[in-house]
Amino acid sequence: MPTPEASPSLSPPGSASPSLVNDFSIQVATVNGSGSQTANSVLMRALFQMGIPVSGKNMFPSNIAGLPTWFTIRASRHGYTGRRKEIDFLVAMNPETAREDVMKLAGGAAVVYDEPLKLGQLRSDLHFYPVPFDKLVGPVCPEAKLRKLVRNMIYDGVVAQLLSIDMQEVRTALAKQFGARKAKAADMNWGAAQVGFDYAARTFAKTDPCRAQRMNGTAGKIVIDGNSACALGCLFAGVTVVTWYPITPSSTLVESLMGYMKRFRTEPETGKATYAMVQAEDELASIGMAIGAGWAGARSMTATSGPGISLMSEIAGLGYYAEAPAVIFDVERVGPSTGLPTRTQQGDLLSTAILSHGDTRHPMYFPSSPEECFTMAIDAFDLAERFQTPVFVMTDLDLGMNNWMSDPFPYPEAPIRRGKVLTAEDLDRLGGFERYKDVDGDGVGYRTLPGTKHPKAVYFTRGSGHNEKAQYSEREEDYIHNMDRLAHKFETMRGHVPAPAVEMNPDAKIGLICCGSSHDAVRESRDQLRDEYGIQASYLRLKAYPFTPQLAGFIGRHQRVYVVEQNRDAQLLGLMRLELDVELLARLRSVRYYGGLPLDARTVTGEIVRQEGQ
Amino acid sequence: MSATLPTPPGKVNHIGLEVIDYKGGRSTLCAGCGHNSISERIVECFYELGVEPTSVAKFSGIGCSSKSPAYFLGLAHGFNGVHGRMPAIATGALLANRTLLGLGVTGDGDTASIGLGQFMHLVRRNVPMIYVIENNGVYGLTKGQFSATADLGSTKKGGGAANDLQPFDCCALALQWGATFVARSFSGDKRQLQTILKTAIAHRGLSVIDVISPCVTFNDHEGSTKSYGYMRDHEEALQELDFVPYFEDISVEIAEGETMDVEMHDGSHLRLRKLSRDFDPTSRLAAMAALEAAEREGEILTGVLYLNTQKPDFLELLGLCEHPLATLPESRVRPSRAVLETVMEELR
Repeated sequence: MPTPEASPSLSPPGSASPSLVNDFSIQVATVNGSGSQTANSVLMRALFQMGIPVSGKNMFPSNIAGLPTWFTIRASRHGYTGRRKEIDFLVAMNPETAREDVMKLAGGAAVVYDEPLKLGQLRSDLHFYPVPFDKLVGPVCPEAKLRKLVRNMIYDGVVAQLLSIDMQEVRTALAKQFGARKAKAADMNWGAAQVGFDYAARTFAKTDPCRAQRMNGTAGKIVIDGNSACALGCLFAGVTVVTWYPITPSSTLVESLMGYMKRFRTEPETGKATYAMVQAEDELASIGMAIGAGWAGARSMTATSGPGISLMSEIAGLGYYAEAPAVIFDVERVGPSTGLPTRTQQGDLLSTAILSHGDTRHPMYFPSSPEECFTMAIDAFDLAERFQTPVFVMTDLDLGMNNWMSDPFPYPEAPIRRGKVLTAEDLDRLGGFERYKDVDGDGVGYRTLPGTKHPKAVYFTRGSGHNEKAQYSEREEDYIHNMDRLAHKFETMRGHVPAPAVEMNPDAKIGLICCGSSHDAVRESRDQLRDEYGIQASYLRLKAYPFTPQLAGFIGRHQRVYVVEQNRDAQLLGLMRLELDVELLARLRSVRYYGGLPLDARTVTGEIVRQEGQ
Repeated sequence: MSATLPTPPGKVNHIGLEVIDYKGGRSTLCAGCGHNSISERIVECFYELGVEPTSVAKFSGIGCSSKSPAYFLGLAHGFNGVHGRMPAIATGALLANRTLLGLGVTGDGDTASIGLGQFMHLVRRNVPMIYVIENNGVYGLTKGQFSATADLGSTKKGGGAANDLQPFDCCALALQWGATFVARSFSGDKRQLQTILKTAIAHRGLSVIDVISPCVTFNDHEGSTKSYGYMRDHEEALQELDFVPYFEDISVEIAEGETMDVEMHDGSHLRLRKLSRDFDPTSRLAAMAALEAAEREGEILTGVLYLNTQKPDFLELLGLCEHPLATLPESRVRPSRAVLETVMEELR
């Protein structure tokens, strides 16, 4: 990696920096596999425990060990949890990237670094804090092979001292991280943190403006990643069949679910499972099993990412046309092809909406927070069974794999709804049924489950053409009738998916639209537009596809509407093109970011300001 | 067309159903197609063993063979899915409801080409179901291309270059991958196929049954090794088979050394009487060797190649509860409010 030459600026350190109390970003640059995850989590938790709103973003390579990794912790007294591009406080532990990391900083930032890297000479406009990690780690960690891990905790101590983070909170966070069973490891790490703290206290005079101060911004909150939140949603949705094929960034969704299911869905009396989890041979099989299980009456799901979605295409169409339910979690990553497997994108919106050949449409949920990951996962299972069709929950690597502060999840109050399933008793009463007949006018027929002990329960399911009685048919009128009913069923769904979250501003000429993990950046950008540029904007956050009537209404009430999304080809806007009037489409503008990092507010604000001509 | 079975009207099996209750729709396959004979055997076996037809779930992929589940067991739910992916659909359905008796029908294109991977993993998991490969060595529905089971040197209808690629032997592959019941039969061998199908119904685990089933339209000519004529001349049965269901008395004494008796999981018995060669159907190695030897001699070996009644099936390995997952009540699948509170507390 080329390293830019040092170009010291003449401005003295700290000259223009206002005090940054509870409003800064810490970036820790390490090598993948060096075990810095614990130190970073502890640092983040300590801030959280001090009541400071905080978010963490892990930027990691597609590699097990050896390539550079950056972890960014943002503290925001305003409660902004989106990515912030500017780094105020760098912990430079990776010799490979240290020079470049330092050169990228804005003037006035602080740098804690491993002393032998001699970074202090690079620039004169930064606050440098050199720490001899190797010298400090020896005495606290006699076991040489653990030193690589434990030295990370030393920077936690140093950073805590420099930022006024309460060391007792570091200790509490460590205890939580390691749990009672690993108390010895927690002790050793606590020792290392103290060594760092003491070293910083006796060595440095603090010159940078970043400081943490206790506040009351996190009371009652939890910290969780979106994948675990989805997993909890599946657990409480009563999922019974889980099939998957490992793929970053969705694997941890299923692995987290595995832990919860084993713990809470094993029946104590028998030791037997009220669920089945199967690691399939590929995504063709994982969705095949999910559709087969949904057809036979299970609450089934699978989780994947872009390449898996592509492979699932054919059976997604089977699920749509044969009308079998399943929930598919798509934790999106950067495509096309293998793309950037450990970076984030909203890159599957368009392809998933119409996944498979022929005329197909699939409903999608767009959670934007862990809480919505939880509630929408539950709703998705109800929707899938209500409409007897595959339902996609679209999250992404940023939401799925990063840690977020969240309100605790509400217990689902509504009972589980299994949709239109006829039992043997129903069949006795009705005297029979026609599988694909639209009895209720909502486009959804009644189904029976295989194994129903009744001579009238049977129907034959097929991906080939069929009539209302589920008989094979190539007749033109049967085909059209069936396809029109499926279209009508999709229309009915508009009334059953969640409406968007709308914040109208009566003075606004412009509106902002986004979905999913773009929310945090857009919310912050809206404040920036107002506070820094005097631009008022209304805001509509989509929660689901098919779109509900609120979308057209919102666009109609604004002169220009910016659709903000994380892909190159404006896929969300593309979905609107498929159904909105030309007059409304003419009002739409596109703001896109597709570099693979979580979206940040400054990028959104800059683009809107440019397009607004200011 | 379904066969008109020689059963007088009114005659019922031991659960009180007539043979008509086991029939399906009218076949749209060619007259004389081997697949139709297999459908007839399925009807007979399920009827004779008194299997509750509504407890069966039928599965298939794409191809002529995969159309056939519509032509038998008309009271059983069926799922005709996509090409080569029947094993996944069936696995999911059987996970959802462990009380279902899974019956998959597939072809040589469906299994040995596009679906080879899924077939392999179905075997690996020992998913408890019957897996009938209607093997004619040819793609019938797309009009006569070679399949991956077409033998070396066999020719297409109307001539052209002979097949020069090594065929897959689905039985040998299944043995290699650890299948618990592997048999080969011929659609024209009524008695043998019946016994094998009945054994498969009683077997707990995956039953791989490779049935040579001639395609009368595209692969029944001179130069075909999957024709009626070729099978007449080259079929070599391993055993004489007899199946005694659990609800019948075993009265006949068996001759020491000549006949082997295997007790199935449901209490039924499979009796195998040796024919020309010494063969142990509980030895995988013996089965592989017999297939290899038969191939060298140009014989098509039929009969029970391998049977293992001890290996646990996939549902057992997963430790599923007795009640079908599909219909578990909410109280057993949604944890309590207290559980959510515990988890939330851990995340604070």
